[in-house]
Amino acid sequence: MTADVLEINDALTQYDPVLGLEVHVELNTKSKMFCGCPTEFGAPPNTQTCPVCLGLPGALPVVNAKAVESAIKIGLALNCEIAEWCRFARKNYFYPDMPKNFQTSQYDEPIAFNGWTEVVVDGETYRIEIERAHMEEDTGKSTHVGGATGRIHGASHSLVDYNRAGIPLIEIVTKTIEVPPAKAAAVARAYVSMLRDLLFALGVSDVRMDQGSLRCDANVSLKPHGSTVLGTRTETKNVNSFRSVERAVTYEITRQAAVLSSGGKVLQETRHWHEDTGITTSGREKSDADDYRYFPEPDLVPVAPSREWVEELRATLPEAPSLRRVRLQEDWGFTDLEMRDVINGNALEPIVATIELGVTPAAAKKWWLGELARSANESGQDLDALGVGPAEVAEVQKLVDDGTLNDKLARQVFEGLLAGEGTPAEIIEKRGLALVSDDSALLEAIDRAIAANPDVVEKVNSGKPAAAGALIGAVMKDMRGQADAAKVRQLLNEKLGI
Amino acid sequence: MSDLTRKTAAELAELMTSGQASSVEITQAHLDRIAAVDGAVHAFLHVDTEGALAQAKAVDDKRTAAKKSGEQLSPLAGVPLALKDVLTQEGVPTTAGSKILEGWKPPYDSTVVKRLKAAGIVILGKTNMDEFAMGSSTENSAYGTTHNPWDLARIPGGSGGGSSAAISAYEAPLAIGTDTGGSIRQPGAFTGTVGVKPTYGGTSRYGLIALASSLDTPGPCARTTLDAALLHEAIAGYDPMDSTSINQPVPAVVEAARNGDVAGLRIGVVKELGGEGYQSGVEARFHEAVELLTKLGAEVVEVSCPHFEYALPAYYLILPSEASSNLAKFDAMRYGLRVGDDGTNSAETVTSLTREAGFGAEVKRRIILGTHALSSGYYDAYYGQAQKVRTLIARDFAKAYEQVDVLVSPATPTTAFAIGDRIDDPIAMYKNDLCTIPSNLAGNAAASFPCGLADEDGLPVGFHVMAPVMRDDLLYKVGAALESALAEQWGGVLMTKAPELEVTR
Repeated sequence: MTADVLEINDALTQYDPVLGLEVHVELNTKSKMFCGCPTEFGAPPNTQTCPVCLGLPGALPVVNAKAVESAIKIGLALNCEIAEWCRFARKNYFYPDMPKNFQTSQYDEPIAFNGWTEVVVDGETYRIEIERAHMEEDTGKSTHVGGATGRIHGASHSLVDYNRAGIPLIEIVTKTIEVPPAKAAAVARAYVSMLRDLLFALGVSDVRMDQGSLRCDANVSLKPHGSTVLGTRTETKNVNSFRSVERAVTYEITRQAAVLSSGGKVLQETRHWHEDTGITTSGREKSDADDYRYFPEPDLVPVAPSREWVEELRATLPEAPSLRRVRLQEDWGFTDLEMRDVINGNALEPIVATIELGVTPAAAKKWWLGELARSANESGQDLDALGVGPAEVAEVQKLVDDGTLNDKLARQVFEGLLAGEGTPAEIIEKRGLALVSDDSALLEAIDRAIAANPDVVEKVNSGKPAAAGALIGAVMKDMRGQADAAKVRQLLNEKLGI
Repeated sequence: MSDLTRKTAAELAELMTSGQASSVEITQAHLDRIAAVDGAVHAFLHVDTEGALAQAKAVDDKRTAAKKSGEQLSPLAGVPLALKDVLTQEGVPTTAGSKILEGWKPPYDSTVVKRLKAAGIVILGKTNMDEFAMGSSTENSAYGTTHNPWDLARIPGGSGGGSSAAISAYEAPLAIGTDTGGSIRQPGAFTGTVGVKPTYGGTSRYGLIALASSLDTPGPCARTTLDAALLHEAIAGYDPMDSTSINQPVPAVVEAARNGDVAGLRIGVVKELGGEGYQSGVEARFHEAVELLTKLGAEVVEVSCPHFEYALPAYYLILPSEASSNLAKFDAMRYGLRVGDDGTNSAETVTSLTREAGFGAEVKRRIILGTHALSSGYYDAYYGQAQKVRTLIARDFAKAYEQVDVLVSPATPTTAFAIGDRIDDPIAMYKNDLCTIPSNLAGNAAASFPCGLADEDGLPVGFHVMAPVMRDDLLYKVGAALESALAEQWGGVLMTKAPELEVTR
């Protein structure tokens, strides 16, 4: 009996991982890829459909020009070449959630190709080569009912929602990624995280991994140290958070290493990622003989973006992420180490957004890294899945600035926010967290502290004003922390005449 | 007023304009004719009596109102028409001649139907066709063969045999067909009627149940050139719902049909489309027609299109390839037939059982051919090579059109054959479309016009005219010239020679 997985360190001493990442991005166009149906997430099933996206007999597709524009922007942002002339192709296979039983996609003529981008992990920059970015349509969504696993196996019946059918997708495919073995999983995560930020900045997608508008398939293979021959790869589908990308890649490395080191063979297959248990399980066997019978889509004319248009779009691109990071670091006055923590904590975009709401960089960093990123890390969630956004952070900071809260109380407010207890105001109300600004209440507490600590008062009176600190501590304790320490110090000083 | 069914569409329009007949009367006359003869002809799969009469009444009401307001109705308003069952019409059964779509009522109108309705043209019903337009005889229809009104023991041609037979049997003055490899022109030739395949992209495919997307073209069928032109004008023109639609003005087809002057027109006889395999009566009528055009002042030369001989094999790779993909959607999941859904079978099994039961032999043959031709490892040798042939054929046309304005040939190598004659010999059946296929591969315009009866069997012969992309007007010019010259010989259009059908009541 061999172990299912090797320890990651053991795996990496024997094998080098080779990665390839395929990311599907749902574009945020108002209408679908080939028809005028709306694309809003969460509408009742099959209410956003028409003859075209239902693939009814006779219906024909028409390309959404806005989707082509978004595809070109993405291509340009990934330093790709943009095709002067390209076609859609039909990818033929049968599946009930695919209305036409072929997916209108692009095959050997992608809109964007030969690009590159960079990610930063632990202060090191890694270059990722981009093979292609192509346009395609999403399928419908199947819900398998009656089985234990929610998968088709064992289900009594399936329900199909075609609202998603025809939503424009861009598939971004990397070339093989070979980085220092120990960094592979972190680079994979950083790449997807970087893409999210980039796509967000481009404004082309909602990039909500939890809603499936950004989905990652991770191809992983191993080769023995020093070998140049690529191993058999698996494709782990639909890994839907940054953290999961890292975990799934790590898991596949350790699983494949166990298979190989016990003399077995890695099967070429798709694998399912299980968020709860942190493992992948076998999906559909995939062979190179998989034959999708691609051919140019005869219902569509070629897409031939003029060079003028491409240049116009290039001029609208936001700053490159690497340059932007340098600029932001300077603007904010963060040290390299602080900036690294921000990047690694995946907190760059939230901090930018929080600062835009009037919060100082230091305060924004304090809350995002100190409270929220820490909490996300502890609970194993992505930062943007916490339910606390820049608006809430800015609101809490405003309450600190106006003296309603101090940092200690603010932390408790965040605690409440993370626990879903309501708005900051509601939490303050419920938890009774506001600072006591009533002078008479503070003065009473000061009197009690003086009465209870005659020795300290003695010291202060004998020319050691620093000893007053102990009295402030006592007052704060008395007020259960709900007092502004500076105010207490001022009142105490007045009282003691120092 | 049963003679209403003998009128042309243009004449019927005139009767309505002058108040001598209403659309309801005209529509009822045709419905009566259908009831009387369609038992023998079987041109229709569905007759929409109620819908047609309601549409006719609406046009009559509109005409009454228009008299006061001075509003102009469309030229064909109130004229009835037969629609090939491959075009969707909202709420009306649409089968494409296949069991797999039995009972399906589309929730939307095809663009052609939208335009027919907008023009006030009354849709009588849906006509029979080879299943998914695969065939040249209607024998591949899942709902029985249509009979040729000239000889009920013969096929009317296909795939649009129902449409051509309907106008030939006076069940409708107008019909809509679709032409992928000759499905309008060949039945036109076999039934002594006019059939026009417009330029690919000149008429919209939206709502046309696809056979081969890069070839399918809807077009008009009629008993006269002018009627065909009027219908052509009503349905043609740019459609933003069809990406392959051409955004240019519709060629002046009606004007060309009214002034059939071929003096000085350069006509090229395609050398490769004739000779061996062509029936002598077909060749005789064809050459007489060419002579007639020469007498009318056309300059006739022989032109060689060397790659036309590869058109048929290329077509039978491209068409099945596209069809195999287009027909994949018929999986029993969303509409139409569903077999084996007993709660134990998987979706895959239900799809498989449904396709087994719902598709006919010819459809299965072409799905298998196309699936094979697109398979990895075969793609280059089959689909890829066929696309190259397609390019060469387009070049043959381009070169020819440097010398001449139009090309001509017989529409078909033979006249209509007997029912059952070729059904077991696919290659013999495919050869019917030898002359018509090149125009589909190149996407240009082509038409068949009646040019006489073959001596040996007394059956109609079609004269095939091919014109450059978006020069559909030239087809009508030649057709009109030929029609009026021949009418002097025959004392009317060729259809007046057709035998009377036995009327059943």
